[in-house]
Amino acid sequence: MLKQLEGSRAVAEAVALCRPEVICAYPISPQTHIVEALGELVAQGAVGRCEFINVESEFAAMSVAIGASSAGARAYTATASQGLLFMAEALFNASGLGLPIVMTVANRAIGAPINIWNDHTDSMSQRDCGWIQLFAETNQEALDLHIQAFRLAEELSLPVMVCMDGFILTHAYERVDMPTQQQVDAYLPPFEPRQILDPKEPVSIGAMVGPEAFTEVRYFAHAKQMQALELIPGWADEFRRAFGRESGGLLHTYRIEDADTVVVALGSVLGTIKDTVDEMRARGARIGVLGITCFRPWPRDAVQQALARAKRVIVLEKSLAVGIGGIVSTNVRTTCDVPIYTVIAGLGGRPITRASLAKVFGAASLDHTTFLDLDRPLVEKVLKREKELRRSGPRAEQILKEKHGVPAR
Amino acid sequence: MFQVRIHGRGGQGVVTAAEMLSIAAFREGKHAQAFPSFGSERTGAPVVAYCRIDDKEIRVREPILEPDALIIQDPTLLHQVDVFAGLRPGGYILINTARSFADLGLQDFVRRFKARAVPATELAMKHVGRPVPNAALLGAFAALSRLISLQSVAEAINEKFGGKVAAANVAAAGAAYEALNHAEAA
Repeated sequence: MLKQLEGSRAVAEAVALCRPEVICAYPISPQTHIVEALGELVAQGAVGRCEFINVESEFAAMSVAIGASSAGARAYTATASQGLLFMAEALFNASGLGLPIVMTVANRAIGAPINIWNDHTDSMSQRDCGWIQLFAETNQEALDLHIQAFRLAEELSLPVMVCMDGFILTHAYERVDMPTQQQVDAYLPPFEPRQILDPKEPVSIGAMVGPEAFTEVRYFAHAKQMQALELIPGWADEFRRAFGRESGGLLHTYRIEDADTVVVALGSVLGTIKDTVDEMRARGARIGVLGITCFRPWPRDAVQQALARAKRVIVLEKSLAVGIGGIVSTNVRTTCDVPIYTVIAGLGGRPITRASLAKVFGAASLDHTTFLDLDRPLVEKVLKREKELRRSGPRAEQILKEKHGVPAR
Repeated sequence: MFQVRIHGRGGQGVVTAAEMLSIAAFREGKHAQAFPSFGSERTGAPVVAYCRIDDKEIRVREPILEPDALIIQDPTLLHQVDVFAGLRPGGYILINTARSFADLGLQDFVRRFKARAVPATELAMKHVGRPVPNAALLGAFAALSRLISLQSVAEAINEKFGGKVAAANVAAAGAAYEALNHAEAA
């Protein structure tokens, strides 16, 4: 059924259709409307046999999800930003134990300085924690990915993070096609856990493992993610047949057939990039787009194939690995030999405009790493001040002072 | 594509206005995308929200830099924010004010645009009992732009609110729609 909904609401309704049995959440910032709406839906009795648990922190949220999943319940939570960092230790536990928890990450920046707006630093910081990471381009894809995520998680016995741009998607109203309960039930069978804590058949989950077997347990985790690479395209096909639309899979390509330049990106910025590419193509540029939907596991072969004809690759990313540059670019570099340029964009919610994109995509030469729309004179001023003054003061405040002309306090 | 930028202050329902406009357009079979500008959320602080309307899927997600229409929920913003930035020549301006453009010192400026003033706060006080001008402005916008019908605006208000609040806001929207139509006819 077509609806005009806020992204958070659309995801909440889709999660409810997946018949979760335990939803746990820490209900204050950084949290989204997703769990708020789910809290209401559970209270109204619209989610069937489901318990909504208000916990005291994100660490507790993930710990409760771990307990619930170990007991055989379909478990869900959502977080963002500092909340994701606070559950970091529990994230490794969930994946290390092979528990099929599904979590939304409404991507936001990480402080300091304090910034509540969108970028990908939060989920990128957890890219190697053993969770599958899927990135949504639109609210339609975000809700579809949640339905696929439960299937994927439970088939593989691995946790899945569905990443969607905070604010840009979560707070945007747009058209979505909400599936019916029958459609979701047909695609997503009831949870049949591979392991379960059951007093009638006692087992232990989470034993200590010494050097004699730790490598094997870790290798097993890797092997499961490699399995995911083989299975995800098939499940996306099945989803397309059942729901009548393309969502998920490893990656999406756009106008790359004859492209000399291919722009690689993740998430909602792909829409703005595609419009920019159409405008540039109308002016004769041979440029295309590669959207990475599945970032973990890294779809090495599929990316390699998509970039096979490219003469130049520009990776546009909303996160910064301080001291090296791009994170996604570092991954792309493992797959192809052509020149790869990094463009860091949209940090802390800075708008990414078609005008700025067209300029950087059309540039005759690019630096190894470019910061889109960087106010370089401003940074130079503050750097100069640091050189001249030992007690130069707090950096963020100095930069704000230069920007707005307001004295730092 | 038709792009609307709404300016107002925290607490005036600016974001809700953009959302309701998108719902109204959706109900007429259009694609619509509404989103807030992302800044600090404080009562009284300047707030911007956006709505794009098109016959096909909307992919771009940058803020609206060159709007086809502006809805200004609070005329005191004229001295604080460059609300007219990027407005296309001949674009629509709808300002919530009981004063005239001459009183606001905008008489010459607005000649390049299709500009109208509507006393939306007064209409909201009369029908809703609170100074929330958003629904009234959407009613006036329907009359001014002919982009969406008053019926769709009413449906959007009913989807967003319930019961008496919805009914009062629908009445305010209807009154603003009539006020603008009446002024056009005069």
